[in-house]
Amino acid sequence: MTSTIVLVLAVFAASAVEMVEALTIVVASGTTRGWRSALEGAAVAVAVLAVIVGAVGVPLVHLVPIDALRVVIGALLLVLGLGWLRKAILRSSGHKAMHDEDVVYAKTVAELATAGDRARPRRDALGFVVAFKGVFLEGMEVVLIVLSLGSSAHRLGLAAVAAAAAVLVVGGAGLLVTRQLSEVPENTMKMAVGIMLTSFGAFWVGEGSGVHWPGSDLAILALIAFFCVVAAVAIAAMRRVLTARAGVSTVADR
Amino acid sequence: MGAVGRWATAFGRFWWDFLVGDTPELFAGVLVVVATALVLRHERVVAVVLVPLECAAFVVASAYRGRRRD
Repeated sequence: MTSTIVLVLAVFAASAVEMVEALTIVVASGTTRGWRSALEGAAVAVAVLAVIVGAVGVPLVHLVPIDALRVVIGALLLVLGLGWLRKAILRSSGHKAMHDEDVVYAKTVAELATAGDRARPRRDALGFVVAFKGVFLEGMEVVLIVLSLGSSAHRLGLAAVAAAAAVLVVGGAGLLVTRQLSEVPENTMKMAVGIMLTSFGAFWVGEGSGVHWPGSDLAILALIAFFCVVAAVAIAAMRRVLTARAGVSTVADR
Repeated sequence: MGAVGRWATAFGRFWWDFLVGDTPELFAGVLVVVATALVLRHERVVAVVLVPLECAAFVVASAYRGRRRD
């Protein structure tokens, strides 16, 4: 039960983060090249991703031995989770610029605006392709998370529903507020998802290898708490590095 | 190179970027974590402590490596 709730939360949050990034590109494409092509591109990408989940996920669950599946998928989750966590630590400690959806939006709009005549037919190929590519590439990460978490816990349907719910919620909210996507606390969400994916990854690698975690599924909560502490300590330590460096350069400037 | 070759190259490059990208140390770290879990599966207490500790060590080391240097 505990792992099911955490699984739903992890898939929903990961999908929401990726959806914000995809939506920025779709909105930029829609406002510059026309909404019809942008929405069609996004819809086709979502349909292709859904087919991939069905085509790869179902055989994965039924044909591959569960322990081997858990080790491979746990490793994949660790690669994703540790990468997200690393980026969130660097951003929170000031070593990396925050992901700014306004900058992404402005860049995409500028590229599309200079890419051709704005007097376009009802269907715009460039708008379609940009929206498709944005949704497909961001969505691939969601697909991997859905397949990984869903198949290792034998809850592929539930994981897919959680991802679909995130797409609907963020998509609906995004279309209402259109250009206010920069208000979404993306780094905090990325940090939370990174911690959850890392915790699930470590748990499944252990389970698949034959390691029995104390408390069974409850160990996931302990792992989440552990990685929260690790992230907090790492952020504090790396902030101190920046502060110390700033102090040294101030003294040197005098 | 034919269409199949180009497709295979693009497919391989996608996965390389996705899994390794600019943080090869994290990918190597995950392989170490998996190896640790497999080797120590009968040493329950050691594995349960070591697997999360290794994950923590690799992410902190990778973040430190990626810190701003200017």
